[in-house]
Amino acid sequence: MQHYSGFGLLKHSFSHHENWQRTWRNPTPKKKYDVIIIGGGGHGLATAYYLAKEHGITNVAVIEKGYLGGGNTARNTTIVRSNYLWDEAAHLYEHAMKLWEGLSQDLNYNVMFSQRGVLNLGHTLQDMRDIERRVNANRLNGIDGEVLDPQQIKEIVPHMDCSQNTRYPVMGASWQPRGGVARHDAVAWGFARGADSYGVDLIQQTEVTDLIIEDGTITGVKTNRYGDIMADRVGSVVAGNSSVIAKMAGFELPLESHPLQALVSEPIKPILDTVVMSNHVHGYVSQSDKGDLVIGAGIDGYNGYGQRGSYQTIEHTVQAIVELFPIFSRVRMNRQWGGIVDTCPDACPIISKTPVKNLFFNCGWGTGGFKATPGSGNVFAASLAKGEMHPMAEPFSMFRFHNGALIDEHGAAGVAH
Amino acid sequence: MYHIYCPHCAEYREEEEFHAAGQAHLPRPLDPDSCTDEEWGTYLFFRKNPRGIHHELWVHAAGCRKFFNMTRDTQTYEIKEVYKIGEKPSIVAES
Ligand SMILES: Cc1cc2nc3c(=O)[nH]c(=O)nc-3n(C[C@H](O)[C@H](O)[C@H](O)COP(=O)(O)OP(=O)(O)OC[C@H]3O[C@@H](n4cnc5c(N)ncnc54)[C@H](O)[C@@H]3O)c2cc1C
Ligand SMILES: [Zn+2]
Repeated sequence: MQHYSGFGLLKHSFSHHENWQRTWRNPTPKKKYDVIIIGGGGHGLATAYYLAKEHGITNVAVIEKGYLGGGNTARNTTIVRSNYLWDEAAHLYEHAMKLWEGLSQDLNYNVMFSQRGVLNLGHTLQDMRDIERRVNANRLNGIDGEVLDPQQIKEIVPHMDCSQNTRYPVMGASWQPRGGVARHDAVAWGFARGADSYGVDLIQQTEVTDLIIEDGTITGVKTNRYGDIMADRVGSVVAGNSSVIAKMAGFELPLESHPLQALVSEPIKPILDTVVMSNHVHGYVSQSDKGDLVIGAGIDGYNGYGQRGSYQTIEHTVQAIVELFPIFSRVRMNRQWGGIVDTCPDACPIISKTPVKNLFFNCGWGTGGFKATPGSGNVFAASLAKGEMHPMAEPFSMFRFHNGALIDEHGAAGVAH
Repeated sequence: MYHIYCPHCAEYREEEEFHAAGQAHLPRPLDPDSCTDEEWGTYLFFRKNPRGIHHELWVHAAGCRKFFNMTRDTQTYEIKEVYKIGEKPSIVAES
């Protein structure tokens, strides 16, 4: 693998940047692997990377039906934070946060992780009680957080309407300074390049159409392009399509796949240097390095695999943003799109063994899994390597929906993010 | 945005008047106390979530407030039919 550096950039400028090495190979798959990962989004690629790097398992294939990172990874609004309420979730997302903090160096790939801080606004007394409780819980878990009053918020976001003149005046906020955003494509590409450098085969344009299961144990997958590919262990990391893979395996999941939409404005001069989220008026906004406002909110209520949603959902989102930022009311919107998010009843992921031996699932991240990408891949890789769930993944078993040990994060995850 | 035909009002109305309420035809166990944890958890949480033909419960929330069922394709988003509670769908997925 070619090491990226400032010097390299200079060197390649002499040859007009025409001699850069390809970032990864485009191999034909082998007949058999130690581990097959279904789904080449951020989580799948991170899993492959850590399998190779931390567990020395390099005989690995990632099978992706489209192109790498073209699913929710490419469609999300890139908010990263770890201020979740319950210990299990807080530990998992904070594990990811720590990995984010060294990720560009680790991957030798600039994922543009920018810790510009995340504000979660409160507009009601109950919002404020929940915020106080969550920030206290965060601090006990060693996660940074503060409760701010409207005056302090105003200092951070001078353009936001913190007055009493709004329908739902801002009463306060939680503030996580270490939160922020990262460049979604770079995350997928960085992990892909890293995994490839260890010998992981990235198989694109190849759909898994069925699973090969003998006596309750998975032995491989069927694909539309390369026929059967065998494996000792299989990890399914397909987000919105998880129920489709589960059906191939003969079981159901506690998931529903919904459209989740987002939109960006035309690029404007720098005006917002942090991330603002509100569960109550229901919208969130940040500004990308390119200058566009990145806006999103909640899912469309019906199930949908179409990567598009209904117009009124977008309309409500934009109404909320204009309520918070009247100054944005004349900014024109440029593009709008949707992803397929796999929502789980307790708003927490599923990282789990399944009724089929050697088949593992990592899914249910729903509206908020981008922030977890490195952590999710890290604990899932450890679980696939050992055949036993990593302690941090253990509470996120799919069987919690039978024994009742749910991890109710609706309070911390009420808005899509 | 959908235009949805409410079988109770016998009219097409805009999607905003409706709420999707999840998978249809989920009978509550007759005797919940005698369910195993697995049966009860499955009833509460586990769903078909198909890509393709799906039978769903909808409620005309800002209209007559009555529930009804819908057969819809979750990939193309085409509404195939609506039918009242207690009725059977006329369109079902293969397999
Ligand atoms: C609009 C929107 C905004 C969001 N905003 C945020 C945010 O601000 N912060 C945050 O933390 N999270 C956010 N999320 C959620 C986040 O995007 C996801 O949780 C995360 O990206 C999931 O990553 P993944 O790798 O699991 O899934 P994906 O990136 O979706 O990857 C799954 C891959 O599996 C492939 N696949 C599916 N079926 C098959 C098959 N049969 N064979 C082979 N391959 C298959 C797909 O093509 C896809 O590439 C948002 C999501 C959306 C849609
Ligand atoms: Zn009606």
